[in-house]
Amino acid sequence: MLLEQAKARFLGKSGSLTELLKGLGKLDPDARKEAGAAINVAKQRVEAALESRRDALRRAALEDRLAEEALDVTLPGRGLGRGGLHPVTRTLERIETLFRGIGFDVADGPEIETDFHNFTALNTPENHPARSMHDTFYLEGASDVMLRTHTSPIQVRYMQAHVARHAAAQTMPEIRIIAPGRVYRVDSDATHSPMFHQVEGLWVGESVSFADLKGVVSDFLHRFFETDQLDVRFRPSFFPFTEPSAEIDVAFASGPLAGRWLEIAGCGMVHPNVLGHCGIDAERHTGFAFGFGPDRLTMLRYGINDLRLFYDGDVRFLSQFR
Amino acid sequence: MQFSEKWLRSFVDPAIDTAALSHLLTMAGLEVEELDPAAVAFTGVVVAEVLSVAPHPDADRLRVCQVNAGGEPLQIVCGAPNVAAGMKVPCATVGAKLPGIDIKRAKLRGVESSGMLCSARELGISEEASGLLALPADAPVGTDIREYLDLDDNVFVIKLTPNRADCFGMTGIAREVAALTGAPLCLPAVAAAPVSLSEVLLVKVEHKDLCGRFSGRVIRGVNAAAATPDWMKRRLERAGMRSISILVDISNYVMLEMNRPNHVFDLDRVQGSLHVRWAKAGEQLVLLNDQTITLTTDCGVIADDAGVESFAGIMGGASTACSLETRNVYVEAAFWLPDAIQGRARRYAFSSEAAHRFERGVDFADTVAGVERVTQLILELCGGQAGPVDDQITALPSRDPVRLRPARAARVLGLSFTDDEIAGHLSRMGLGFTRDGADFVVQPPTWRFDLRIEEDLIEELARLHGYDNIPTHPPVGRLAMSELPEARRSAFSLRHLLADRDYQEVINFAFVERRWEQDFAGNEAPVVLANPIASQMSVMRSTLIGGLVDNVATNRRRQAERVRVFEIGRCFARDAAASPVPGFAQTLRIAGLAWGGLQGEQWGAAARAADFFDVKADVETLMLPLQATFAVARHPALHPGRSASVSLDGRLLGVIGELHPELVQRYDLGSAPVLFELDLDPLLAVSMPAYRTLSKQPSVRRDIALLVPRSTAAASVLEGLRGAAPAIVTEIALFDLYQGKGIADAEKSFAFRIVMQDTERTLADAEVDAAVHGLVMYAQREFGAKLRA
Repeated sequence: MLLEQAKARFLGKSGSLTELLKGLGKLDPDARKEAGAAINVAKQRVEAALESRRDALRRAALEDRLAEEALDVTLPGRGLGRGGLHPVTRTLERIETLFRGIGFDVADGPEIETDFHNFTALNTPENHPARSMHDTFYLEGASDVMLRTHTSPIQVRYMQAHVARHAAAQTMPEIRIIAPGRVYRVDSDATHSPMFHQVEGLWVGESVSFADLKGVVSDFLHRFFETDQLDVRFRPSFFPFTEPSAEIDVAFASGPLAGRWLEIAGCGMVHPNVLGHCGIDAERHTGFAFGFGPDRLTMLRYGINDLRLFYDGDVRFLSQFR
Repeated sequence: MQFSEKWLRSFVDPAIDTAALSHLLTMAGLEVEELDPAAVAFTGVVVAEVLSVAPHPDADRLRVCQVNAGGEPLQIVCGAPNVAAGMKVPCATVGAKLPGIDIKRAKLRGVESSGMLCSARELGISEEASGLLALPADAPVGTDIREYLDLDDNVFVIKLTPNRADCFGMTGIAREVAALTGAPLCLPAVAAAPVSLSEVLLVKVEHKDLCGRFSGRVIRGVNAAAATPDWMKRRLERAGMRSISILVDISNYVMLEMNRPNHVFDLDRVQGSLHVRWAKAGEQLVLLNDQTITLTTDCGVIADDAGVESFAGIMGGASTACSLETRNVYVEAAFWLPDAIQGRARRYAFSSEAAHRFERGVDFADTVAGVERVTQLILELCGGQAGPVDDQITALPSRDPVRLRPARAARVLGLSFTDDEIAGHLSRMGLGFTRDGADFVVQPPTWRFDLRIEEDLIEELARLHGYDNIPTHPPVGRLAMSELPEARRSAFSLRHLLADRDYQEVINFAFVERRWEQDFAGNEAPVVLANPIASQMSVMRSTLIGGLVDNVATNRRRQAERVRVFEIGRCFARDAAASPVPGFAQTLRIAGLAWGGLQGEQWGAAARAADFFDVKADVETLMLPLQATFAVARHPALHPGRSASVSLDGRLLGVIGELHPELVQRYDLGSAPVLFELDLDPLLAVSMPAYRTLSKQPSVRRDIALLVPRSTAAASVLEGLRGAAPAIVTEIALFDLYQGKGIADAEKSFAFRIVMQDTERTLADAEVDAAVHGLVMYAQREFGAKLRA
């Protein structure tokens, strides 16, 4: 307001500079020119002064408004949070990524499985003592099916399908798969759950050896645990569907379990009878298979001491794995 | 399999310590699960004789004893009730160190005491603490008790895999250790017992598919009440068996020593002759463990003229069992075919040492040696006179030679052996062979049932060479990129999407309470487990909903106020046409549930429970780019007015809705969760993005509000309008819903945004007006809609 009054005083209809301009006509041309220039200079000065003042006032007003609008930026953000994956799923995803990196595909199979696929095709005929290694859940009113006791039947299904797919080809392409899934055994305590996970792995080709098996498994374990400070050993064992067979133990160099051998997987060279059941010429092809327990891998990776936590749905536990 | 280290070392004694022996066994496939000393560490305890016992002057319970511990007589105060003059006991002398106690000279209630007489528990041998450990009268005074009781020993517990049944006996383990270390093997020599009777019990082996060989003999005049010698007791106990009576102990001892199950019949209780045959249907037998079983025709038996006496190869019967009064016995050792034994004991819900061995395969060459070894021990320990051994061979398993090709071994293992190495390994394993060109033709021994094919021999080579010594190759393969179909996404991407929308993944058991199936799926005929682990895990789930609801209940009990969970898992239903396992549909589903506040409680945002439309938005986002159709639907678990089916291209995927109020109450949830469950597979197949040219022409927006009856579904109006719209209409969207003041109670108002655009030219007002008018007319016709003023 004051600024507008000041403007009027100099530049208004009867402002002093306006008056001077009006009086220019009375002057002779030379003087008029001179006076005109002087008035213009004065006018520009006044306008500049006014503008600068206006600007200062605008800035001050903005400052005030900005100060007014200031937030407590330390208040937490609003909105939805984020959930997370189950720790075992997290492990399964890492396993998939690692194996896909060396050309493994991922296969799946049914959890209610036939006796043939779960046992017979895996060289474990009825009454075979190896069947008592698995405490099997059976279904009422169906004698030839069961809850699969391992992910190995996926091997069988995959190999059969692979053979059928390439029946016309001169040479069968290599099989390189992992097969993760839930499996079931009649067993329940702090280290056994009646439902748990396995990841089956299978590589069949024309020159796949036990030394390759050792290479793949050792590489995987070192990558999975992200350490070179991990000893891996292969120990003779028995599975009806592999020969030779091995258990895989690991020992960490540090941490609470340092120096202890921990059983972590079973593996071996695919038994010729299993290849035969799937229609693969065991003379021409050899292969290895392994089965890891992702639950156990997860426990070791994160230092979890009770398997039951995985299946209890306690969000206080699960949300730690975001 | 559990055994004493000293027993093993009496057969093979390699120059390695206990820890190295343990490692050797483990790395050879005989995994040592436990390794414990036979007794805890202690020193200074000797065999002593109590010379005299006198009452303590100041304590009723204490006695003052004079004890000969090998030096000057010692005065020792003792509180044990069984202390008596003349008895031999362990005595901890001054300076002895026992578990938790150092023995010093002391005064007990004023009487000097120079040592301590010990119970078995004080020596850590057993839990027996009721009195002093009484030693045999002939125990030599002054001898260190560790030496006398042979306590400097270790107990190995090994976990045997089913293929290594030959190691269920000391000779088998010893053979293995000898092969692995090269240490000499010295097994006990068993000479044929002198035959002083001519009596032979008539045995008729009727079925050779049951029994391949049957050897036995009569022994008369045995003293069945004789004491079992301490060395035998100790070995039995360290093998995890109790000493029962001399005849039973001898039988068990030979089984453990030679892996040769055998049976000792009380001959006087056998009526007539023995018949080895398959059972007749319905025959009954009372076993040694007093269990009565009814046999089926695939069970083998040994019967006498009166009836079944023994479950062949599995367990003896009670009626011909030996007792302390037994005078005459029949010792039997047979080869039962594994097929004739496998699974039978398990069927009757028990197991036995014999069945465990026979079903895996027992050496068929040593039945006579087994009978002789039992005879030797009986004659030595119980006396008696032996008859001749009757050995009947009916059908022994073949041991076909197995061809081992060195090149094949190299290919399977990734490691080449020289011929000399192979020959060395085979010889050390006791595997005879001949050469055929480059190949080894190997003769498997009678005690190995696991050497049938070339790979079995390759494993033997690998074991002897040491798995550790097989190279670790980085694998070599043909490089080919994996397939990566763009129109297919992984279940992991859905998991991440839901996690990003604040859902936590859970994994619930696939077996659930029967009640859940009724409540959450209306399923009265679920897939039922024959042998559930617990009644609340007795049927296979056909829906993931029960588990998620239970997650809410459980977390609510743990004080959670807001639970958002999801699961991907298989659901199971009866379906005769299902594939790949006929009879059972096994569908992967994805389900989510939101319970409690939409957002966690926070400042500056009004608290509000997550509702149907919040979760619907989650489902819509989860499905993108797929566009689902939602339609009113009823579901047994859901609020009938707040549930919808979810379909994709006419195919039903699942449901979404609020949990039924009755279930909210029954499962004690406090407030209703909103949940969804969809088939997973259809969500994974997505479309490739399709590009459309962008229009350079301006678009025109017109809004219309339509009054419709309250029961009108928004989706039907929207779909109808979209269907009826001319080509220039590019978008119709619902942006407001109003009901209440200003409009009739029976009506509601939908506000739609209509966007129009042409790719080629600017639209004329008349065209736009005509299009909108057409849509209003359509709505009026189809839905009775009125344009709201």
